Order: sequence, then structure tokens, then C-alpha cells
Amino acid sequence: MSFVLKMAWRDSRASRRRLLLLSLSVVFGIGALIAIGSVSANLRRAIDGQANSLLGADLVITGTIPTSPEWQQSLAVLGGEVARERIFPAQVAAGGVARRVQMRALEGNFPFYGEFIAAPADAPARLRQGGNVIILSDALLEQLHVRLGDTVKVGNGQEDFTVIGQMKAFPGELAGFTVHPPLAFIPFSALSTKVGSAANRVNVRLPAGSDSEAIVKGLKAEFSDDRLVFATAEERRKNMANALTGFDAFFRLVGFVALFLGAIGVASVVHVYVRQKITTVAILRCLGASARQTFAIYLLQGLALGLFGSVVGAGIGLAAQWLLPRMLQDLIPFQIDFFISWPAVASGMISGLVICLLFTLLPLLAVRRVPPLAAFRSALAERAGAAFDPWRVVIAILIPAAVAGFAIWQTKNVKFGIGYAITLGVGFGILTATAQLVSWAAQRWFPRRLPYVVRQGVANLYRPNNRTVLLLLSIGLGAFLMIALYLARTELLRQIQGPEGGATPNLIFARIDEDQMEPLAKIAAAQGAPIVQQTAFVRMNLVSVNGNPPGRWWRLPNGKPRDLTASYRDHLLQGETVREGKFVPRAEPGAAVVPIALSASLPRPRVIDPNKPMGREDSASILHVGDILDWDVQGIPMRTRITAVLGATGRFQLGTERFDVLFPDGAINGAPKFYLAGAHAATAAIALNVQQAVFAAFPRIQVVDVSVIVEAITRIFGKIGFVIGFMASFIVATGVIMLVSAVLTGRFQRIRETVLLRTLGASHRQLIQIQMVEYAILGILASLVGAILAVGGNALLAHFVFKIPPSAPPLLLLGATASVTAVTLVTGWFANRGVTDHPPLVVLRQET
Amino acid sequence: MSEPTILKVERLTKTYLTAAGPLTVLHEVSFDLAAGASLAVVGPSGSGKTTLLGLCAGLDRATSGTVTLAGELLNGLDEDGRARVRNQHVGFVFQNFQLIPTLTALENVLVPIELRSGGGASSDEYEKESRELLRRVGLGERCDHYPVQLSGGEQQRVALARAFINRPKILFCDEPTGNLDGDTAQVMVELIFGLNQERGTTLVLVTHDLELAQRCGRIIRFRNGAIISDGAGARVA
Repeated sequence: MSFVLKMAWRDSRASRRRLLLLSLSVVFGIGALIAIGSVSANLRRAIDGQANSLLGADLVITGTIPTSPEWQQSLAVLGGEVARERIFPAQVAAGGVARRVQMRALEGNFPFYGEFIAAPADAPARLRQGGNVIILSDALLEQLHVRLGDTVKVGNGQEDFTVIGQMKAFPGELAGFTVHPPLAFIPFSALSTKVGSAANRVNVRLPAGSDSEAIVKGLKAEFSDDRLVFATAEERRKNMANALTGFDAFFRLVGFVALFLGAIGVASVVHVYVRQKITTVAILRCLGASARQTFAIYLLQGLALGLFGSVVGAGIGLAAQWLLPRMLQDLIPFQIDFFISWPAVASGMISGLVICLLFTLLPLLAVRRVPPLAAFRSALAERAGAAFDPWRVVIAILIPAAVAGFAIWQTKNVKFGIGYAITLGVGFGILTATAQLVSWAAQRWFPRRLPYVVRQGVANLYRPNNRTVLLLLSIGLGAFLMIALYLARTELLRQIQGPEGGATPNLIFARIDEDQMEPLAKIAAAQGAPIVQQTAFVRMNLVSVNGNPPGRWWRLPNGKPRDLTASYRDHLLQGETVREGKFVPRAEPGAAVVPIALSASLPRPRVIDPNKPMGREDSASILHVGDILDWDVQGIPMRTRITAVLGATGRFQLGTERFDVLFPDGAINGAPKFYLAGAHAATAAIALNVQQAVFAAFPRIQVVDVSVIVEAITRIFGKIGFVIGFMASFIVATGVIMLVSAVLTGRFQRIRETVLLRTLGASHRQLIQIQMVEYAILGILASLVGAILAVGGNALLAHFVFKIPPSAPPLLLLGATASVTAVTLVTGWFANRGVTDHPPLVVLRQET
Repeated sequence: MSEPTILKVERLTKTYLTAAGPLTVLHEVSFDLAAGASLAVVGPSGSGKTTLLGLCAGLDRATSGTVTLAGELLNGLDEDGRARVRNQHVGFVFQNFQLIPTLTALENVLVPIELRSGGGASSDEYEKESRELLRRVGLGERCDHYPVQLSGGEQQRVALARAFINRPKILFCDEPTGNLDGDTAQVMVELIFGLNQERGTTLVLVTHDLELAQRCGRIIRFRNGAIISDGAGARVA
């Protein structure tokens, strides 16, 4: 065995516990990367293998399906199996209870792939035989209080259908996670003429080996005039793979944060370790070891520990990989088979080793510069490695480059990668600067009149071998990342649920005539679900733009003019932004020209040449702020001027009305209108009662129970939040290890001092108090700085990504700060046990 | 016939740059030392004794002047070259023992040999020799003990065994008894001179202890970085 190997092994004897910490610092980071990489590989294989079961077919054509012989011929030429389908919103009623459903009328053997599972198992087969039979989802059976064999009425025609089954699973649908109304299935042949018996979807099973993309291209060319949308299993597979890439990159970056945090821990442990090894290195140099040999001894130790950490990390990662799909099962519409993705394991381990190596090298370079004379002169040992070293500059450049490189590799986005590295660097810089400020302030404003233990604790913040920078960095970065993740999750849920919280409408009433609004409000309130949102709409036609009739763009494909929906308000809703111009809230009485705002939902046409087809190449916009628009408001002419364009908010809030033009308050309030209203029902029972009462009084008013959808979305985000939390736990675990590592490292640095104090008569209590004062100050400061950084980061996220006002719940921040401080104190207390309650000489013998 | 020169020091100067300006701690020091001789360097603290020892052993670079050790001009060698010279020709005994705390007594003694052979030395042979040396210094039963388990005197004896394991041509001792009590120091001195004579090693001893210095054949007295006297042991009082 070579001298370097032998020496590396022997020299590690007394420090293995400490070096184990070095390994543990990176295990969770590596584990996170491997877990995500492996899950992603498992998902990719599942997507590749089961993409067609998501659609239930190889090719799905949606739209106004032609009935021409040419169309039939084209489908026949494909040589596969064709099944028509009609998907439409319908009302299903039983015993005075009506529910809005998503009806699917199926033909033939569709779904060709995946399973249509129902109870009883033969229900799908019976459905295929035809007749007035229906299969309902679990939720519908419960809400309509019907059983198998009962009769329900479908649609306005009130046709009777016999319930023959309870749907359990259908390709592409996730039990409990559908974001559309509950599903119901009837035979295609049972479609009534009132609903319309034409298919709006065709499902095709292609012969094996068919090129679905080429087929779609051919059909698109042949039937270009028909508004058809083509979806293929292959395209779906690609889309899902793309979506997975984004998901995968996000979680890998989260995992990388854990690795980065751990690597800082590695650097700090190695730094202290190297300081303690200076004399040994100097002795070895005196005895004839070259600088390369001594450096290799410690590099080998670092690499061995990095490798050990990578192997343990791989074990943790594979365990997490086994757990993650189980957590996500409800969110994934296919079966995932567990297999170990060795490329993912290798890439996680290599990433871990590279980062570990870079962070180990930074403090380790000092070993090369230890002069043999340091064995004689302790002052030289203190200064070892302090001189300028170009290699240190190289490593200092390589670290951010590696971080950015990793982020670019994961996201395939150079800007994002650099931004990610800069963000981490800024957080790192702020915490380091804060730590230095704390050290300086503790010395500058030293509390001379406070009790001895407090003075000692404060003095520990700036004295030689202080842990201020290390602890503030580790605790602060940990606190920042954990609080930031929690706040981001809160913002996500706020975005879904809306800022109104409990008052968010979960029952939406549509097609309410003007005279129905008041009695509807009374009925809803009487049932315990008050109307919380109500918007009036007025239909109108555009007559001219700046005195000229609107061009071809204004007409629908059938040649009829577009019908516009206008609303009026004296305020903008939360999240709405003025992209151009200025929103005028109120109309001046008798004004000849009314100021209006165009909504982002109004497509701004971009065609100037009526002979040219619409296309992206025509970029001249026709409507601008300042343009005069003349309207026909249900027979009354009105002249308006565009004063504002309201930008898309990017915000998704259920029940928010959509309008094309927003008038100021007072301009069209008197015009004939219709309403859209939203009520908030606190419980499912209340929601059901309201629906029954409204259905009884106004059968034509459409009611959509979005509570199911809100609940489903909340559940989806809950799951995602749980997964984010699971990934964050890797960061938390790394943070705790870093904390223990920092405290233990400090313990080794301070051991002689503590023993000296003990020898001079300091009590166990006093020693503990000194340490607790130091940890309390560092814990509070680190968590506060971490929280401030997290709030800042979250504000940017809320503003730029979610487009909602940022939130910083004081209680949450207070709780997080208190928790982090408490964890710091407890960890500090545990890690220092033994130093203060054993005889000084015993401690010295054990620790040195 | 006179013995060949093992150490030749010519116009050796060492200057440190400090905040207050350059500080010269060694002024144009010159002397020769014959192989097998024993030399004591004495002088008050801060007189430049340890600096001289460091330069002679190739542990530091001189500002000017030359050091030739065992026929090799140290000035012409890089750091690794000087490390090789130390490993091949030099043994050290330090005031504060300087054992590697993570190695046992036996492993500490073996380090120079393992370094020389790159770890591939015939371990049985060298281990036998190391054990013999440890037995010679009275620690035959303490081979597997770690430094922390040994007294100061025992640690210094391990250091002495380590210094002799690679059969050095020259042994540099920096206050070898400085941290030891009288009786232990006496045992240590006997061991140093006994092994020195037994193995024909040249001895360079830096010390405050004039009694110890007088056991050497030659004494150089130092003050303010310069030699103020150079003569036989008996002549220095």
C-alpha cells in the first residue's frame, strides 16, 4: 500500500466521527438528486409504455366532425378501428336533485387502451350494447342518492336512463382529481336529437407500426377547412415528457440546494480539520514528505468520505425513490414500475462528488503551503495558507461555475442557470456580510455591564475561532430555504383559492336573467349560501372603429358579427393590471364619448389586408388606446374611446367573470343585462340544498358546483406541496447536520478554552449558559436574516410568477424564527454535552 | 585524515519583511561541520538559533548565502528536493516532541522509512528495526500506544527513535530536553549521545542548556543573529 494511502487511513483514526459529519453533510443532497433522477426515469419509462392509455386511442380527433363520404373514406383508409364519441355538458336529475355533469357518449370498443373499470365489472360491456343506460361516477351516485337499477333524467329533454354501473376508472381520468364536473357515460346510440347526435370526437386505433404524425399531417391537409383538433398518443407522450422535464428540473434544483448547503458544511468541517492538521503536515514535511504527498493524504480522505457520502446518499435516494411514486400515486394516471435507474444514480453521485471535491479543495489547498518550519514555530502554523494562492482563485471561480453549470444542465436554460447561481451567491454573500457585521457589532458595542456569562457568550461572536460566519451561513441558508419553500407553497394555494379565502364562491350560477337575480339571492341566502360575487353583463355589437366598419376579423367563420360581452365596474379586481393607458372608474353623466377598457380576454385582431388570411405575419394591430369605437347596445348607439387595455393577470381564480370590454360605472347600468353570480356554501350538504332549491325555482339557471373542482385542485396542490415538503425535508436534514457539524467543529476549536474555564472553576451551568447565549444570538439572527431573505424571494415570486400581491404571514415568520432558534439551542446543547460534565483532563485526552 | 564536511554554511543571511520594515535575524553566518562531529548552538531567545537550524536542515529558504548538506546545495533545490534530502540524510528531534497524534509509537517511528520507500518498504524488516529502536530507548512495551497515552519523556524517546530510523547522516535537535524534567532530560541526553556515537551520526544541537552544550565537541555561541564565538565545548563557559 502506498505511503499516502496508508497515512490517509491512519491519520483518519482519531477524526472519523468528525469526518463522518463531512460525509453526512452531503448524503441528503445526493439522496435528493438520485431520488428525483430515478423517479423521473421511472416516470419516463411509464409514459413511454403507457402514453396511449392516457388517450384511450392512438389518435383522437375533436371538433366539428365531418360526415362527408370523403371523411369516411379517409378514416377507412387508415385501416384501424374507429369509435365516435360525443362529450357535452348535461344535467342529470333524480328525485328533485340535479347535477351538472360531463357526459361522454361512447361508441364501439373505445377505450382501446387502458381500462374502463366500473362496478359491476360488466357495466362497460352492457353500455356498449346500447339502450338508455348510464354509468355514473362515485360522486354522482352519492349526490343524486341513486343506486344501480334506479332511473335518472338526463338533459332538458328529461329522458330516462337506467343506472347500470359505478365508474371506478377511465383512461386519462384520475379518481378524485378531475377538474371538470363529475363524469357520466351513455351509449353513443342513445344520444337524442335534442342534444345532437353528431360526434364531436373520433377515437382511432391505428394498425401497429402506423406513423400517427404523418397520418395527422395528411388529414390536416385534406380537411383544412374543418376546425379539427388532432391529438395523438405520441404527441401526448412528448408533451408529458416535456412537462416531466420541467418538473424534474425544478425538484433537482431543490435537491441541489441541499447538496450546496451540505457542501458548505463540508468546506467548514475541512477548514477546521485542516487547521488542526497543520502541525502534522509540518512534521511530515520535516520528515521528508513532499507538498504533493501531504496534500494527497488529505485529498484522499476527502474523496473517500465524499464517496462514502455518495454511496449512503444513493441508498437514501433509492429509498426515497421507492416512496415518492406512492405519494404521487393519485396524481399520476398510469402504473409506475419501480426500477433502479443507474444513470440517475451515477449522475447524482458524480454531481455530489464534484461539488464535494470543489468545496473540499478550497480549504484543503492550504495544506500545500504549510512550511516544514511550522513544526518549530506555532506562529507559522497559524498563518499557513493565508498567503495568496492562485489555485484558490481557480476553485473560487469553479464553484459558482459548477453551480451554474448544474442548473443549466438541468433546465437547459443559460439565463436561469446563471440566475440560480447568482441567487445562491447573493444569499451566501448577505449572510456572510451579516455575520461579519455581527462580529464587528459585538466587539464595538460589547455589553460590559451585563453578567459574566452573557459577556462571554457575546465575546464568542468575535474572538478568534469564532463560529459566527459558519453558523449564520448554515442556519441562515437553511432557514431561508425552508421558509421560502413554505411561503411559495402558501402562495400557490392562495393563487388557487383566491385572496378572499373563506368567501371564495364555490357555487357558480350562470344565465341569470335580470328579474331572476333578486329571488335567486334570497333562495341562496335562505339555504345558508349567500351570494358573494355578482356581475352584470350586457351584450353588444361593434358598429365601427374610428368611423370605419370593422373588418373581416370582426366576423365569425360563419360570417356573422361577433357578439361581445361587456361589464361595468368602478374598480379593478385584485390581480387585474392596466397594461396600457388609464382605467377610468366612473362615466361622466351625459358624456358624448364613454371611456372604456379592453380586456385581455378580447383578442386584439392583427389583420389589415382583408384579402390575406389571418396569420402571425400580419402584425399591425387595429385597436389602440385612443381609438373611437361605436357600439350598438341592444338598439341604442353608444360612442366610446379606448382609454386602457387590461393586462392578463395570469391568475387563475374560479368564478371570476370573463368580459371583453369593461365600461365605467354609470355608462351602461340601465341596459338589459344578465348575471353571473357566485355563492359560498360552507358544506357539501348546503351546496346540494342550494342546488336543489334553485333547480326547483329556476330550472334554466345553470349551476356549477366548483367546490368539487376547488377541492380537487386544493388536493392536487396539497399533494404537490407534500412532495415539495418532502424534498424540503432533505434540506432540513442537511441543515440539521450542518448545525451539528458547526457546533461540533466549534467544540473542537474551543475545547481547550472550555477546559481552561472549567479548571479555573467555571460551573457546568455557567459553561452551558455561555454557549446558550452565543447560540441564541446566532439562532435568532440567522433565522431572522433567513426569514427576511425568504420574504424577499417570495415577494419576487408572487409578483413575477403568480402575479398576486405577496404575503408574509407574521405568525408564520415568528413561528419559523422561534423554531429555528429553538433547534439551534437544542442542537448546541446536545452537541456540547460531555465537554462540560466530565473532568477537564479526561475531555482533553478524548478530544485531542 | 580529517572527516569530510557534512554541513557547509556560507554567508547565510535571513531577513523577514515586517510591517516595521525588514528584520534581519541572521547576518552572514558561515561555518563548516565535519561528518560525525557534534555541534551545539547556544544563545539567548531570539538570537536566531532556531532560524539557523531551520535553514541548515532545508526547512526554510535563506535570503542570501548557501547551505550545502551532505554534498547537496540546498539553495538549488525546490521544496520537494529539500524534502528528499531531509528524508535521506536528516533526523529531527523537536522541543515539543512533534509526534503525529493519530499514529501509534511504532507507526510514528516508521513514517520516515515509509516515506522513503513510498510505503512499499519490506514492512517486516523495518518494523523489526523500529521495534528494536523503541526497545533501545526503553519503550519496547509501548509500541502500540498513541502519543496521548505516553508521558513527555516517553514521547521524546519515540521522537528520537523516529529520528534514527532512516539512519540519518545528521541529526538536528531543537531544545530536546526543554520540556522534560531533570531526570528524564538526563536519560534523553544519554540516549541522544549514545545513539549518535553508536551510529556515527553528526549532531547539531540547539539549546539554552550550557551543561548539555558542553557535551558536544564544538559550540557556536549566537547573539543577535551572528556568531560571537565558535570553539570546543570545554572552552565555552
